[in-house]
Amino acid sequence: MRELLFLFWTFFKIGACTFGGGYAMLPIIQRELVDKRGWLTNDEVVDYYAIGQLTPGVIAVNVSTFVGVKRKGVIGAVFSTLGMVTPPIIIILLIAALLTNFAHLEVVKHAFAGIRVAVLAMMTKTIVSMFKNGVKDWFTLVLFILTVATIFIDVSPVVVVLIAAAAGIFYKRWAVTKK
Amino acid sequence: MIYITLFLEFFKTGLFAIGGGMATLPFLYDLVKYGWYTMPELMDMIAIAESTPGPIGVNMATYAGFNAGAIPGGIIATLGLVTPSIIVIIVVYKILEKFKNAPVVQSAFYGLRPAVAGLIIVATSDLFKLTILKQNLTWAWNGIFELKALLLFLVMTVLVFLFKKVHPIVFILGGAVVGILFGM
Repeated sequence: MRELLFLFWTFFKIGACTFGGGYAMLPIIQRELVDKRGWLTNDEVVDYYAIGQLTPGVIAVNVSTFVGVKRKGVIGAVFSTLGMVTPPIIIILLIAALLTNFAHLEVVKHAFAGIRVAVLAMMTKTIVSMFKNGVKDWFTLVLFILTVATIFIDVSPVVVVLIAAAAGIFYKRWAVTKK
Repeated sequence: MIYITLFLEFFKTGLFAIGGGMATLPFLYDLVKYGWYTMPELMDMIAIAESTPGPIGVNMATYAGFNAGAIPGGIIATLGLVTPSIIVIIVVYKILEKFKNAPVVQSAFYGLRPAVAGLIIVATSDLFKLTILKQNLTWAWNGIFELKALLLFLVMTVLVFLFKKVHPIVFILGGAVVGILFGM
């Protein structure tokens, strides 16, 4: 029970600190789960994130379910996911009930302009660690560059993830037969 | 019963919206037909969801659920949204555990890891355009960057790399304070 509450609390904190959804949670996840608790490796964060792109649902929820089931099975998955969604539920209910013009308040607009920049700054560190983690040789460097190039074309991340996985499989197979 | 409809509709959204937060939007457009919210309300909802913590999909479900059925509605809609994820991910995890050392899975992840790093840059570039670049770009010296935002970004990036032990929430609150003080 202690461990379940601990899972709930850890993801409660992550849910309360994630501004901007999806990828913006990565710096917090790295901090809480990789650096502080050692529950995940950086590789696992990337793997779960990739799977989160391919599977239905909100990516943040998918990652919390993954960590929960890894730590404590099915019940752990439920606790970590409930922890993740509790802060947004409380905050949104309060705003919906009391502050219907919340998003239009000047002070809120200024605060969030600043928060977006802070998230951006934290993302640079996450990107550096993800790059070091994934780019190991010329082939992964090419895959990385090609993926970044999709900034200029409109392609779904789902497609990118599928192609990258297939490319990895074919390249490894080719490398083996060449030897 | 409105709660059952809410649960089922958001269950459907959670099941079919692949690719995270914004992928739920088409489904939310579709829900306008129930009269739980109008199109302009949905636009407000997106603005609120983007400016509060938590995954955007979850924020949207809570807000729509609240409009449709007060506090229990908000909770039930969100539970509906996350239930498919929980089920699917538990199944995927069990399969992955079984096959994670298989060479084919290893080589798939070998290709996935650099792509995820690239995808995160792609996703971040949208945020970069929104916050650091001027909305109507011109080629004058002051026509490209929002200078206050660019300066804060450079300073914060240096701080993030220098103070690795500082919790992200400190940077987030710092960003909010600077944003308010300098009217960003």
